[in-house]
Amino acid sequence: MSASTPFALMANATSLPWAEVPAWPVVDFVRATGIELARGARLCSLFGVPEGDAVQLVAVLAFDADSTLAVGRSRTFTGTFPSLTATHPQAHLFEREVWEQHQVMPEGHPWLKPVRLTNGDAPANGGFFRVDGGEIHEVAVGPVHAGIIEPGHFRFQCAGEDVLHLEIALGYQHRGIEEALIGGPHRATLIQMETIAGDTSIAHATAYAGLMEALAESEAPLRAQWLRAIALELERLANHTGDIGALAGDVAFLPTAAACGKIRGDFLNLTALLCGNRFGRGLVRPGGCCHDLEPARAAQLLERLTTALADTEQAVAWMWDAASVRARFENVGIVHPAQAIGIGLVGPAARACGLVRDVRYDHPAGWHRFGQAPVAVWPGGDVFARTRVRSLEIRRSGELLREHLATPVEGEVRGDLAAPAPDTLAVSLVEGWRGEACHVALTDATGRFRRYKITDPSFHNWMGLALALRGTAISDFPICNKSFGLSYCGFDL
Amino acid sequence: MIPILQLLLRLGCWLLLAPLLPGIINKVKAWVAGRRGPPVLQLYYDLAKLWKKGVVMSTLASPAFVMLPAVAWVAVFGAAMLVPLGPAGAGLSFRGDALLMLYLLALARFCTAWAAMETGSAFEGMGAVREVSYAVLAEAAMVAAVLSLSVQTGSISLVTMLAPSVGACAGLLAAGLFIVLLAENCRVPFDDPNTHLELTMIHEVMVLDHSGPPLAAILHGAAMKLLLFAVVLAQAVLPMDHLRPLGAAGLLAGSVLLVTVAVGLVESLLARFAFRRVPLLLTTAFLLCLFALLVAWKGGMP
Repeated sequence: MSASTPFALMANATSLPWAEVPAWPVVDFVRATGIELARGARLCSLFGVPEGDAVQLVAVLAFDADSTLAVGRSRTFTGTFPSLTATHPQAHLFEREVWEQHQVMPEGHPWLKPVRLTNGDAPANGGFFRVDGGEIHEVAVGPVHAGIIEPGHFRFQCAGEDVLHLEIALGYQHRGIEEALIGGPHRATLIQMETIAGDTSIAHATAYAGLMEALAESEAPLRAQWLRAIALELERLANHTGDIGALAGDVAFLPTAAACGKIRGDFLNLTALLCGNRFGRGLVRPGGCCHDLEPARAAQLLERLTTALADTEQAVAWMWDAASVRARFENVGIVHPAQAIGIGLVGPAARACGLVRDVRYDHPAGWHRFGQAPVAVWPGGDVFARTRVRSLEIRRSGELLREHLATPVEGEVRGDLAAPAPDTLAVSLVEGWRGEACHVALTDATGRFRRYKITDPSFHNWMGLALALRGTAISDFPICNKSFGLSYCGFDL
Repeated sequence: MIPILQLLLRLGCWLLLAPLLPGIINKVKAWVAGRRGPPVLQLYYDLAKLWKKGVVMSTLASPAFVMLPAVAWVAVFGAAMLVPLGPAGAGLSFRGDALLMLYLLALARFCTAWAAMETGSAFEGMGAVREVSYAVLAEAAMVAAVLSLSVQTGSISLVTMLAPSVGACAGLLAAGLFIVLLAENCRVPFDDPNTHLELTMIHEVMVLDHSGPPLAAILHGAAMKLLLFAVVLAQAVLPMDHLRPLGAAGLLAGSVLLVTVAVGLVESLLARFAFRRVPLLLTTAFLLCLFALLVAWKGGMP
């Protein structure tokens, strides 16, 4: 399918000279992108590259079935460009972002408002959609929440207990990561990558490392790729277990909530055993890894992993055996597969709609080229399916880890890395525990970052939560929210 | 026993022992989950702390916002004084006091719902709506239970009604009243007293904006209400009139403890229900109490 595209094709974690990326006038570029999306491509990223006062748009598309990525760009332009959103809703946040960052107007965008722009001390995210009527009441939740979570604002339009519409306004944690990366890599760049979303440190650091290696046209030593794959699965295990516990906690099912809270810590400690940090900071470096896993520690890791997995299996079984829990999860917060494709859902949320969508499988890079991950899919699109996919992934990640640990690769964990190639575009996708983390870098003539675009999986998925809430009882919002388990800071950048 | 001693005993039970119940429930929950849990006396510490604090008022709220929790507390306390405490008897007893107890509890609920709406917050309005809607069904069950006790004993005074065992309908009544206890005291599966999620709360969300002494009054009133329902449930089912005072007191204390532990176990092992399923369970409680009434009415006939 991808063979006939006018876009330049590339694989995950590879680079392409900027001159080889095809460029069209912006109207043709948007039309070409629309055609590719219409025949099944997925929009990984759409962003602007400033050039003086003008801007070029760059689209990164994924043909999942072909394991191929496609990139294309527009020629420089100013003023307006036709919007894709009306026909391809997955472009809507990207277009709002382009409008906000480069002052070019997507003409025909149905809901154009800032994404992260600040107005004084708060994000300029007001101007909510309102439903009229005497029976309608509006509920505003956040940005300060009752629990210890990140800030975000949720605006519900309700008729009684039923939600007619939910609008999510974020941007409270915008730190300016992308702006800070221009002219990089700097000394702080890696630290910034690990803090895009603290619970996805390993995925983002791996994506960045893959990008740097692609720009240097080299690869990390195999043993480093092996270690990264192990760390990535440990991160997935810890977060999925924590989320399942939190879901149980939200419906007041205490046995699983208490047990999973504890086991999450066990998994985090396994990451600490690997690299000294519970969130995997300081493990992944461009060119390799900073820590090795000696046989003695590998054996200890395997032993503790086996115990923790058995504990998780038990704790999750309590939850599936409780009819009262299943009654809360089933048929709540449904996202239909057609909606999921339309808005470009990624990660477990997409797989819970029955979509086979997993970067480890679709676009394998690094160690995943040798040890392929099975994809956990469940139909239904409700809270139950999203929880079920997580519990399946815990099991499969555990099996994958055992497999990896049983087949260690000998060699160095760190190699030399050449300077990034000048005027080159590189793309790196990594399947973090939430879904696809997409990093795109463009270097200038001296090999420094001219543009660095990060797309956290949450950027795709927040819209899914808004759709899931339509027609759902407002009291089920917490379990819907938790079943997506999205990042605020990953979105806000 | 000297009347003044009896009075002190009753006051001590209602005022001083009530905050123990939530502590026991939390301990049971912690124990089942394998945690250490907060101290059993935690609510006493909280009440002492709150009593020393100031009151924060919403600019929208009228002075009623502070007064209503006090009125609600007095109403619950009044209802408690009507309920006999085994050998210590009731503070006040007259023909029809059972009805007064129901009305006092309804008054307390009215005051809490009113105070919730004082702040003009969308959350608290939702909480008040939920509380009042579910109360319609819970009160129906409670009324049926009181009626069945009344038919059984031919009296509408709580002291007489609660003294003998209800006999044949004891099981029905116990099950019905236990569900009502869970609903009225906002326990799982109706509400989750531990949650921090405003959108899912019923009772907790109504008191979110209260602070200081009014909040202490609300928390203490809630503990007293829990004790009240536990005491009514225990005495409705168990025969208290044939026992010696010490035996009766022991039986009452033991059964209240049992009810409390049962609440803790329910909370540990059951997820809370979705709101749309709450009416189903409350209707079940109503039917159980209604069948108890039928048994009490027709069961005695040859």
